[in-house]
Amino acid sequence: MSAGGGGNDVQWCFSQVKGAIDDDVAEADIISTVEFNHSGELLATGDKGGRVVIFQQETENKSQPQCRSEYNVYSTFQSHEPEFDYLKSLEIEEKINKIRWLPQKNAAQFLLSTNDKTIKLWKISERDKRPEGYNLKEEDGRYRDAATITTLRVPVFRPMDLMVEASPRRVFVNGHTYHINSISVNSDNETYLSADDLRINLWHLEITDRSFNVVDIKPANMEELTEVITAAEFHPHQCNTFVYSSSKGTIRLCDMRASALCDKHSKLFEEPEDPSNRSFFSEIISSISDVKFSHNGRYMMTRDYLSVKIWDLNMENRPVETYQVHEYLRSKLCSLYENDCIFDKFECCWNGNDSVVMTGSYNNFFRMLDRSQRRDVTLEASRESCKARQVLKPRRVCAGGKRKKDEISVDSLDFNKKILHTAWHPQENIIAVATTNNLYIFQEKVN
Amino acid sequence: MSGEVQASTEEQQEMQDTVVSPEKAEEVKLKARYPHLGTRPGGSDLLRKRLQKGQQKYFDSGDYNMAKAKMKNKQLPTAAAEKTEITGDHIPTPQDLPQRKQSLVASKLAF
Repeated sequence: MSAGGGGNDVQWCFSQVKGAIDDDVAEADIISTVEFNHSGELLATGDKGGRVVIFQQETENKSQPQCRSEYNVYSTFQSHEPEFDYLKSLEIEEKINKIRWLPQKNAAQFLLSTNDKTIKLWKISERDKRPEGYNLKEEDGRYRDAATITTLRVPVFRPMDLMVEASPRRVFVNGHTYHINSISVNSDNETYLSADDLRINLWHLEITDRSFNVVDIKPANMEELTEVITAAEFHPHQCNTFVYSSSKGTIRLCDMRASALCDKHSKLFEEPEDPSNRSFFSEIISSISDVKFSHNGRYMMTRDYLSVKIWDLNMENRPVETYQVHEYLRSKLCSLYENDCIFDKFECCWNGNDSVVMTGSYNNFFRMLDRSQRRDVTLEASRESCKARQVLKPRRVCAGGKRKKDEISVDSLDFNKKILHTAWHPQENIIAVATTNNLYIFQEKVN
Repeated sequence: MSGEVQASTEEQQEMQDTVVSPEKAEEVKLKARYPHLGTRPGGSDLLRKRLQKGQQKYFDSGDYNMAKAKMKNKQLPTAAAEKTEITGDHIPTPQDLPQRKQSLVASKLAF
């Protein structure tokens, strides 16, 4: 399968949906992060209940090429538990904010998962054989009576049913006073960064009792606080470079070679604003909820409340491309502020060859924005389009005036059905879209 | 007379603003409902609210012990009928804390 050319030549069809059908959603089941690993063979989800579920792509059935490879449960474990900080009288949520996979080095898989305060390195390994024929123990583990042992034998490995085990290998605690919003593994495969509202720390994957602070934007007087860090990511190839975005709509690129403390940025990406257009909402909707480098490392994408912007790393004064996600919401900002939806943090992602980007919206809609063909489409993740290989029909929202057939009016949109988290397979046209408590997998239609 | 003329000019300006920017129209709506919005000084309220997410004091052992000392002979205040109500003079006790149910149930995605 190709890396996915134009997103709009591609017809997307339903492949699978995971999760309960009932509308009564328990808090714990709310999906909070979705991430493919580097090969795309594994797909991890984290939820508000602190649990991680990993799906594995089945090896393709050669005799049935029409039957696309499916993702089935590979492993599931409780990553984080709710905690109570007695000293500060604070509750620490177990919600998994982010999962990031490490590139595979050996037979085991490793991922980092984080809640608001603690990052954990998990090892996921397979066991498909076990030793049998111990001298001192029975097969069920009971010790044999020494008096009955008359001969010696050599234990041998025998095959067993595949068991996938997840074990926490490192726990990185006490690095953050504020809430962690991002983690990012460095291309050097030895370090990673974690970012909270005011600080960014650099960790070594092997060392849990120390971390270096590389960015600190906490003002001496908290009354002077004007912006917070919203997301951060390492450059995919340059191990000295990372970016972080802010609640004011700026992105700073930092070079760790320049100094140990990167409070002074190397580059500042900011689109000039027309002061006459400024309103009470301007700063809130300019807050960047996600920043992602392109796979080729030449661009980065940012998501703010109403748009997606593509920036060329060589041009700081404006983005090279801007796409409207749901411009029709601009005339609804007052009610979106009142119901807090204006603070929703949408993520965004690139396809394998950086030609198409995807982001979520409301009413379980998500948007595919084709950079090469300058076209966009709105699709929906819903139980109504769940027939195997059913092609997704484009959706249209009517902003005002006469509503055409098949269009949905802005006022009918369900703002409780948000798609905040999406992921794109690194090589193939396979996407994972998370609604509140369901995970949808869509694939490119194969003729 | 002149007052009326002035009002209609303002109305016209507002109408123009609506035509020019739906965002500004929304702002006008919001300010009408919450006239004190954004007038308080001292850093962004929104930012501070964000930093304080989850920072709710449930139980202060100092308050609790002081209250216990004061009421040597009396009964300790019993838990409020509604467990979420921890306001005013009521000193929360460990029994008042909402039970944090741990997720011992497997994720529904794993089925």
